[in-house]
Amino acid sequence: MTDPFVLEGKSYRSRLIVGTGKYRDFTETKRAVDASGAEIVTVAVRRVNITDPSKENLLDVLDPAHYTILPNTAGCYTAEDAVRTARLAREAGVGKLVKLEVIGDQKTLFPDVPATIAAAQVLVKEGFVVLPYINDDPIAAKKLEEIGCAAVMPLAAPIGSGLGIRNPYNIRIILEQSRVPVIVDAGVGTASDAAVAMELGCDAVLMNTAIAGAKDPILMAEAMRQAVEAGRKAFLAGRIERKLYATASSPIEGLLG
Amino acid sequence: MQVTINGERQTLSEALSLADLLHQLRLNQRRVAIEVNREIVPRELYAAHTLADGDEIEIVHFVGGG
Repeated sequence: MTDPFVLEGKSYRSRLIVGTGKYRDFTETKRAVDASGAEIVTVAVRRVNITDPSKENLLDVLDPAHYTILPNTAGCYTAEDAVRTARLAREAGVGKLVKLEVIGDQKTLFPDVPATIAAAQVLVKEGFVVLPYINDDPIAAKKLEEIGCAAVMPLAAPIGSGLGIRNPYNIRIILEQSRVPVIVDAGVGTASDAAVAMELGCDAVLMNTAIAGAKDPILMAEAMRQAVEAGRKAFLAGRIERKLYATASSPIEGLLG
Repeated sequence: MQVTINGERQTLSEALSLADLLHQLRLNQRRVAIEVNREIVPRELYAAHTLADGDEIEIVHFVGGG
């Protein structure tokens, strides 16, 4: 595999991680995930509906033998709730990965950074592979890396906002200082946003709403796959410098007299 | 015997094990995780774990999420 995305010693071909929320049904979820080429998918932990347990299970369509399942702690507002959710997810038997989210505010869904750090400390100690969702804040990223998180996941913009990367300069600082993978998580709206993240040098991009909320989620999933691949290649290729004035592409010599 | 399962009060006719309860709820083939009174019960102890009056049980699984 050339240029793999490596997370905790495991190599992935795809640098796109997708969420599984907000789809019409599991068939659409599966089709979108497959069109995206993602090998890592996020899922949430929720109560089973005990009055109607016959409902199909998400992992019936997304077989953990074929996809790396990344449970999240979405909806948790305290470190304790996030730790509790992560422990339940691990008990459900899909491994030690956790996308750690501790939300600080309902309207913005921005993370509560001190609580995220507190939860990360507990979970790392318990052997979890912790991928924390954070602001585009280099200090938070540094602290979480020092604790032992396997990656850092700064947001591009608020969850579900589709605003794209609001502060590429902070993402660049995070990239420059980090020795763990940097995954842009949340806020991507369309393919160019994903490409920008990859062109900056991010190791991967995580998204849900941008695909699930598109008019044609399957087509958008394919667009995102291509954007992430294109952005990665452009990053590796090394872009030209930005210049204020033109430089001719055709030779000056041999012009007609 | 009264227990609370996922926030709902339920009456159980007899003292069941967690494995029995899962069977009754038709969840025995499912990938779930269970807490009883806020403590996770490992899968291998489902058969041995007998429920008691007043137990608060949480049964969770994976759903779509981002």
